Amino acid sequence: MTDIDTTPPAYLRDKYAIVGVGETSYTRGSGMTTRALATWAIKNAMDDAGLNSSEIDGMMSYSGNDSTASPLIAGDLGIRLNFYMDVMGGGSSSEALVGLAMGAIEAGMCNTVVIFRSMNGYSQVRIGGTGARASQPVQGDALHNVPYGWFSAGQNFSPSFMRHMYDYGTTPAQVAMVKVIHSEHASRNPKAYYKTPVTVDDVLSSRMICKPLHLLDCCVETDNATALIVTRATRAYDLRQKPARILAVAGRVCKPRSDMHFQHGPISTVAGHYIKEIIWPNAGITPDDVDITGAYDAFTFTTMLQLEDYGFCDKGEGGDYVASGIMRLGGKRPNNTSGGHLCEGYTHGMNMIIENVRQLRENVDDYCPINSGSSTEQRMHTYNYAEQSCRQVKDVNISMNLGWAMPGTGSSLVMRKG
Amino acid sequence: MVIGDYLGMSLSISDMDTENLTYFGYCSDGEFRLQKCLDCGFIRYPPGTACPWCSNRTFEWVVVEGQGEVHSYGEVHHAVQKGFGEKVPYMILVVDLDTQKGEPTEYEALRVVGNLVDEKGSLASPTLIKNVGIGSRVRMVFNKVSDGLALPFWALDENREQPTTPWRYPEE
Repeated sequence: MTDIDTTPPAYLRDKYAIVGVGETSYTRGSGMTTRALATWAIKNAMDDAGLNSSEIDGMMSYSGNDSTASPLIAGDLGIRLNFYMDVMGGGSSSEALVGLAMGAIEAGMCNTVVIFRSMNGYSQVRIGGTGARASQPVQGDALHNVPYGWFSAGQNFSPSFMRHMYDYGTTPAQVAMVKVIHSEHASRNPKAYYKTPVTVDDVLSSRMICKPLHLLDCCVETDNATALIVTRATRAYDLRQKPARILAVAGRVCKPRSDMHFQHGPISTVAGHYIKEIIWPNAGITPDDVDITGAYDAFTFTTMLQLEDYGFCDKGEGGDYVASGIMRLGGKRPNNTSGGHLCEGYTHGMNMIIENVRQLRENVDDYCPINSGSSTEQRMHTYNYAEQSCRQVKDVNISMNLGWAMPGTGSSLVMRKG
Repeated sequence: MVIGDYLGMSLSISDMDTENLTYFGYCSDGEFRLQKCLDCGFIRYPPGTACPWCSNRTFEWVVVEGQGEVHSYGEVHHAVQKGFGEKVPYMILVVDLDTQKGEPTEYEALRVVGNLVDEKGSLASPTLIKNVGIGSRVRMVFNKVSDGLALPFWALDENREQPTTPWRYPEE
């Protein structure tokens, strides 16, 4: 397949920013509708940014028919929309929608866009695939996979994960370190659903779900909504928070044969292999410039495969990378400092962007005390990364999110301190 | 409309979905046929509406040998779908067909997905599963669901030499 020219639109670099972030609690059993969850998260993001309803005129969301619609939320919150777009999609949509929000503003369609994802991923449409989703009729194209019990995300991805172990000698213990490290990070996050640190042995001795995935290689299912607000950087400086400036975005980049990506190998190579041709030149940086990553952790393996294919290490050395401690708080390039999908909660990528925005503000919501004189509830960070203490990374300038839909599709977002 | 039930799942193919109707219809007759592009001549899987290599929309259904080598696999120990509850563990194989392997580029192959089954066509036993991994030689078998619908599966190919130790997940 011929390469497609993706000449970097460097003229957009730094022109847009994320100015507000918000979320609900991460629970199992929210006891409320996705509509109520969404308004809760969006109101938090508005308060965070210091924006009222008349100052927001765009809204976007994504879902797998398990959420609510922008017009309902906008109505509830008294937001009059000049633009909205609710799209189908799961992981990797959040970064893609940030790019589309920039495009909508650049096109003059609106000025300030809220992006949200609302889901009762445990108590309604279970993200693991069990329940109602698993008993739907199987039609047409789905006949090539669903009748084989090849249905849930873990089942779908497992041949890619397995092949990576075969191709490169990646070991279960190496990959388990992703969960270990994210669980350490979660223990510094009061919001996280799972706050208890686990060991490599805990991961490897947890029950097998779908080889090579143990229970603890898989993310948590939770109920939650998450929201972020995108606007022009010029506007951002009038708002409450230090903005997270957007350097570059890549959205839903696909490997060849997005219908069934296994047709085009190597199957242990993921969409990041193609994303890196867009994201690095557009951002004008290299992997060495990135201080923190948010590599999507639907499974331990997804974090590793992406970091490797984006070029944070050589191809095939992802196992060494994730086991090395680089990704730990205090390490060279911490990953998913909130605990991510494996521990904080499952949001289809949004919580990893929210976390990076807060890191770039140098005001992550850990256990450190709030400075009572601060209008933005600035915490007095200790940079002592013990349990129930600090998780603020020191001297963060550039973050990268590595969004994952499946091995064949992903998105990315690079931000820098405003 | 072709309909059928399999492991508690309700399967159907609409009359408009002619690609899948034809594909599964051939399977139901015990034949494995795939679409061959009438322009560039490459065969494609799964059934689609144009050629992934040259975008041409015209094709013919050609018989393809249902044999190949396991490229990768997943092994399910916790069922998500109800009908598989008593079938665990079961194996999902991604099989490189011998036909067109390494074409048009070295990374490509017709990779056909299916469960490992025994010689009778039933989902493989835990003992049989332990003998299969990357590199195992397999042949296609069909399980008929209803008129016009059979599903292809994979069985160990007793007529081919098997690797002495097919590659399996390292910690078993």
